[in-house]
Amino acid sequence: MTTLTQGIYFDNNATTMVAPEVVAAMLPYFTEQFGNPSSIHQFGNRVGVAIKQARAQVQALLGAEHDSEIVFTSCGTESDSTAILSAIRTQPERREIITTVVEHPAILALCEQLEKEGYTIHRLPVDGKGRLDLHAYQALLSERVAIVSVMWANNETGTLFPVEEMAELAKSAGVLFHTDAVQAVGKLPIDLKRTAIDMLSLSGHKLHAPKGIGVLYLRRNTRFRPLLRGGHQERGRRAGTENSAAIIALGKACEMALEHLEQEQTQVRTLRDRLEQGILAAVPNSFVTGDPDNRLPNTSNIAFEYIEGESILLLLNKLGIAASSGSACTSGSLEPSHVMRAMGIPYTAAHGTTRFSLSRYNTLDEVERVIAAIPPIVAQLRKLSPYWGENGPVENPEQAFAPAYS
Amino acid sequence: MWDYSDKVQEHFFSPRNAGAVQDANAVGDIGSLSCGDALRLTLKVDPASEVILEAGFQTFGCGSAIASSSALTEIIKGMTLDQALLVSNQDIADYLDGLPPEKMHCSVMGREALQAAVANYRGEEWKDDHEEGAMVCKCFAVDSKLVENTIRSNNLTTVEEVVNYTKAGGGCSACHEGVEEILTRVLAESGQTFAPGSAATAPAPARGKLTNLERIRRIENVIESIRPNLKRDHGDVELVDVDGKNVYVNMKGACVGCQMASVTLEGIQERIVEDLGEFVRVLPVAAKRLNG
Ligand SMILES: Cc1ncc(COP(=O)(O)O)c(C=O)c1O
Ligand code: FES
Repeated sequence: MTTLTQGIYFDNNATTMVAPEVVAAMLPYFTEQFGNPSSIHQFGNRVGVAIKQARAQVQALLGAEHDSEIVFTSCGTESDSTAILSAIRTQPERREIITTVVEHPAILALCEQLEKEGYTIHRLPVDGKGRLDLHAYQALLSERVAIVSVMWANNETGTLFPVEEMAELAKSAGVLFHTDAVQAVGKLPIDLKRTAIDMLSLSGHKLHAPKGIGVLYLRRNTRFRPLLRGGHQERGRRAGTENSAAIIALGKACEMALEHLEQEQTQVRTLRDRLEQGILAAVPNSFVTGDPDNRLPNTSNIAFEYIEGESILLLLNKLGIAASSGSACTSGSLEPSHVMRAMGIPYTAAHGTTRFSLSRYNTLDEVERVIAAIPPIVAQLRKLSPYWGENGPVENPEQAFAPAYS
Repeated sequence: MWDYSDKVQEHFFSPRNAGAVQDANAVGDIGSLSCGDALRLTLKVDPASEVILEAGFQTFGCGSAIASSSALTEIIKGMTLDQALLVSNQDIADYLDGLPPEKMHCSVMGREALQAAVANYRGEEWKDDHEEGAMVCKCFAVDSKLVENTIRSNNLTTVEEVVNYTKAGGGCSACHEGVEEILTRVLAESGQTFAPGSAATAPAPARGKLTNLERIRRIENVIESIRPNLKRDHGDVELVDVDGKNVYVNMKGACVGCQMASVTLEGIQERIVEDLGEFVRVLPVAAKRLNG
């Protein structure tokens, strides 16, 4: 990472550093440009002009046909909720929703709630590599379905879903299609005008803009009901005085993401691949989760068998290295990540999954340092593990150590 | 990241007694299916005195699981088996200067491994009787299984009753939605429906002016109703004095020095305030000595 922070930050799927240029772009909107964009006077008007520019910058990154298709929200979660709740309000007679088992809680928790309220939720399963069965999906599409919501890229494994194809299938069945593209935007080329996607969520803090700003892309002529009603901001589709500094920051971040899109596919991908190969070569009983052939260029999720993720993170953190884990303990829940369970990864590996997510601010030197740091940490924890012998897993680990489970 | 005490960190970064004890004569293997953590405890016990000469652990688990295992082995070394069996999970947590509420189950696993190892040494069969569910109430570290079982065995029907019996929901109240969901589910089992607005069984808050005696009685009643919950956690509380707006209590047993003590006091205060319909402050009796 640049000299702005200390330590090695490989947790960019959790959140990203706000780019210095983005900070510079937003700062004036706290001080001299503090006006309310709805106001008539010059204080407001200048902010209104800047927001218009930001909207165009977001539009360019998404390849949206019209800038009025961009609705600023407070975060990815709000965009997700707005999309789904709008779809069920505009089509009260449709009582089914199609999604997947590996979505972010922003979708899953909402769907669970809707299920309690009487909706039928179809959660598409995934195979061992986190892939969907499109035939099963197609069979579920019907005029009973209010909306399909499928993530573009998985936050834990980086695995990509064929959302463009799925949107076409939804369209031919007359069903609305939403994608949570919070992890995909800025990392993959996106050209919405060439797709059948009706709605898309993005979140600023995943692409070097600040936290607390998001976008719902809403294709023109899509029937819509706002989540928040009030003033006429965002053409009445999202009331509440604009978070102008953050909107301008997001615009700048989108402009920069577009400039660096190529770099994600080349430089960032090369770093990620080097990291992954280096770790896999040095650590026995480790493997990549998700679909290695079809995933985000910045993400590598590696399962270290027979050890637990939080312990790995604590030891990495001691060396100033930031990553994240699908282990139960890091989230405070009792279950390991729902994504790992959905892929059928055994407990003894799911708990040790560690996600490294890079950005264009990372360097090869950092990658090499992490490759060097991992093997001793894994060895140290395996020495403590009841599943691990002198030089490898005990024979038949699941039988040799079969504790009484409570 | 977690708010781990220095002691937890220290035992995690440099665990004591890691690895299996050579020629151990007691082994306890325990796993928590729900969270996937697992622990093997090996002991070398002196057959004549039943003193634990050596203890070693192997743990597949998070930072606090490793720290709890390390603490456990340190605590029990040199104890007799009977003494060791008295070690509670609260003792393990206290030894580590406390664990975050979500992590208390890690110390439970340590204690169970110990029970299993002793059973193994004595040639007995060890049966686990503790069930664990997802954390419902973070303020008081109460999990869903405990809430469920308590609702069932006491025929509870309101959130307020759940608070009284389990403490869950008695603090910040953020978990009331979760408690209501469990109530809905459990009541449905017996064909009942959860009615959120239904009248509480507790006496309605006093409105008119209370006599001093009535006031103290009410305070006493509230404290009595809380004691069973504290006792379950090996703690207790007694009313010492009521002085105007100040209610002085004496925290006993595990409540002494417990990281939850202040939360517990707050909880008691809330209940008394609610019952009396006036503001009072609940203070540990030590505060009275300072004030006086
Ligand atoms: C796939 C996905 N969807 C939604 C979100 C939520 O975004 P936000 O934090 O902006 O609400 C995240 C971020 O954690 C995410 O990774
Ligand atoms: S979380 Fe239960 S009262 Fe605070």
